[in-house]
Amino acid sequence: MRDTFVDTTTALLADDPRTALVLADISAALFAPAADRHPDRVLNVGIREQLMVGVAGGLALTGLRPIVHTYAPFLVERAYEQLKLDLDHQNASAVLVSVGASYDRPEAGRTHLSPADVSLIDTLHGWTVHVPGHPGEVAPLLRTAVAAETSAYLRLSVLSNERPLGGDGALRVVRDAGPGAPLVVAVGPTLDAATAGLADLPVTVAYTNRPRPFDTAGLRDRAGTDVILVEPYLAGTSSRVVSAALADRPHRLLALGVGREELRRYGSTDDHTHWHGLDASGLRRSVLDFVSPARR
Amino acid sequence: MGFKLQASHMTATTTTAAIAEAAAPLDGQPPVAPLLERIRAGREFGTNVYSTIDVLQVLYHRVLRVHPTTVDDPDRDRFLLSKGHAVAGYYAVLAAAQFIPADWLDDQGGPASRLGEHPDRMLVPGVEIGSGSLGHGLGLSVGTALGLLAQGRLEPRVYVLLGDAELDEGSNHEAITYAGTNGLANLTAIVIDNASATHGWPGGPAARFTVDGWTAATVDGRDHDALHAALTGHDGNRPHVVVAVVNPKED
Repeated sequence: MRDTFVDTTTALLADDPRTALVLADISAALFAPAADRHPDRVLNVGIREQLMVGVAGGLALTGLRPIVHTYAPFLVERAYEQLKLDLDHQNASAVLVSVGASYDRPEAGRTHLSPADVSLIDTLHGWTVHVPGHPGEVAPLLRTAVAAETSAYLRLSVLSNERPLGGDGALRVVRDAGPGAPLVVAVGPTLDAATAGLADLPVTVAYTNRPRPFDTAGLRDRAGTDVILVEPYLAGTSSRVVSAALADRPHRLLALGVGREELRRYGSTDDHTHWHGLDASGLRRSVLDFVSPARR
Repeated sequence: MGFKLQASHMTATTTTAAIAEAAAPLDGQPPVAPLLERIRAGREFGTNVYSTIDVLQVLYHRVLRVHPTTVDDPDRDRFLLSKGHAVAGYYAVLAAAQFIPADWLDDQGGPASRLGEHPDRMLVPGVEIGSGSLGHGLGLSVGTALGLLAQGRLEPRVYVLLGDAELDEGSNHEAITYAGTNGLANLTAIVIDNASATHGWPGGPAARFTVDGWTAATVDGRDHDALHAALTGHDGNRPHVVVAVVNPKED
């Protein structure tokens, strides 16, 4: 996904003189050709994440469209107040693109894990959040985000589904179990595990790579009583949105995702997917417990 | 007890002197002092208001190329008030220069007022940034300066005003080093030095900038001619800092 991001951003910088890129050393080598061609609009501030977001705010105030990129914990967690004040409070906007996701580099430990990023962005108003599930989804999502006027967060990951799914962010049903069936909403790279783990269960599976704004109309169209969220970041991040969308209906919600507890374990991404119950067997177990508790 | 009385007396002296200086009309604009009194409405201002008023007057009367009719002109000079709590003098100067109606001063902080305890760029014409949380203005000003250069706008200059205590915030030092080592020549920082930083700046605030390649001028923050010379004293090749020294904060 990062390579696609680099290629697409390099093309955008060439095509649109309004586009700028702000870096804090991460991925700077990959953008060296773009920096050579557009030294005024490819700005690497060094390992200075507060300045990175402040600079993005200032660029936006002069009419440019900044893309801001580094590891998720440094982009969203370290510089959170800059997002709130240097962008939103100034009525300035930017496109934030992170790598690292929840546990893309588990061997690096807690410092490089960022399961709370989407939750933090979700405390802000009016942001679009894109969570591509395949490298093939990155370019259109990035182009859409840069072409818009509002702020967006594009969360890249090394985790991926087998095939890309396009679409405009609306819930896309990939397996339909008929009216009233429990509705599973899988976000980004969680889709393949959901479809595999729930293959023989009578549940409808829908996909989105744009959890904000969440497709609440699509949710209301498809949801029966039971709704299951599967998110590749902090469990429950989208619970409030689903609850609000279904406030006028009796419903039950199971929110699956990455746990809050610091595991203090290294291992591989597959290990972490398993430990957080986001692999096929873990999802199957959780969904069975939810829809047929008697089977436990 | 005795110290507190003495401090209070010194504050009153400083205040009177500042108002006397502010009373003189400049460039045909109404004097700032009555406007400042209007916004004060009998309240006690902190010394930070008076420490900043002279710099603001010199900027708006003699330095900044921005007027009420050019607040959206992409080629205007920018002034970013980073220490947003020094706002009363800012509003008074903006009213004197007719960016905002003087009537607005009568209801600062009221439920229908556009003038808060910290300024909001979305509510006040001529205000370039919303501030109040220390340590944000310099980074925003670096981005603004870079954005102007990237669009070939070489005329406008970006001024940002901070306090010496505000320099405690580490975000400033990210910006100082980056702007200095990259020779961001269209940027001027102004540091109001009223010796209010808890741990001080041994050697003076200017040293924090010059070590990274900025030019610097440290001047009497009450002397309008000295301020004017300092505020226009950039060399066109490097960022410039003006340290305006005023009476130490008393509280």
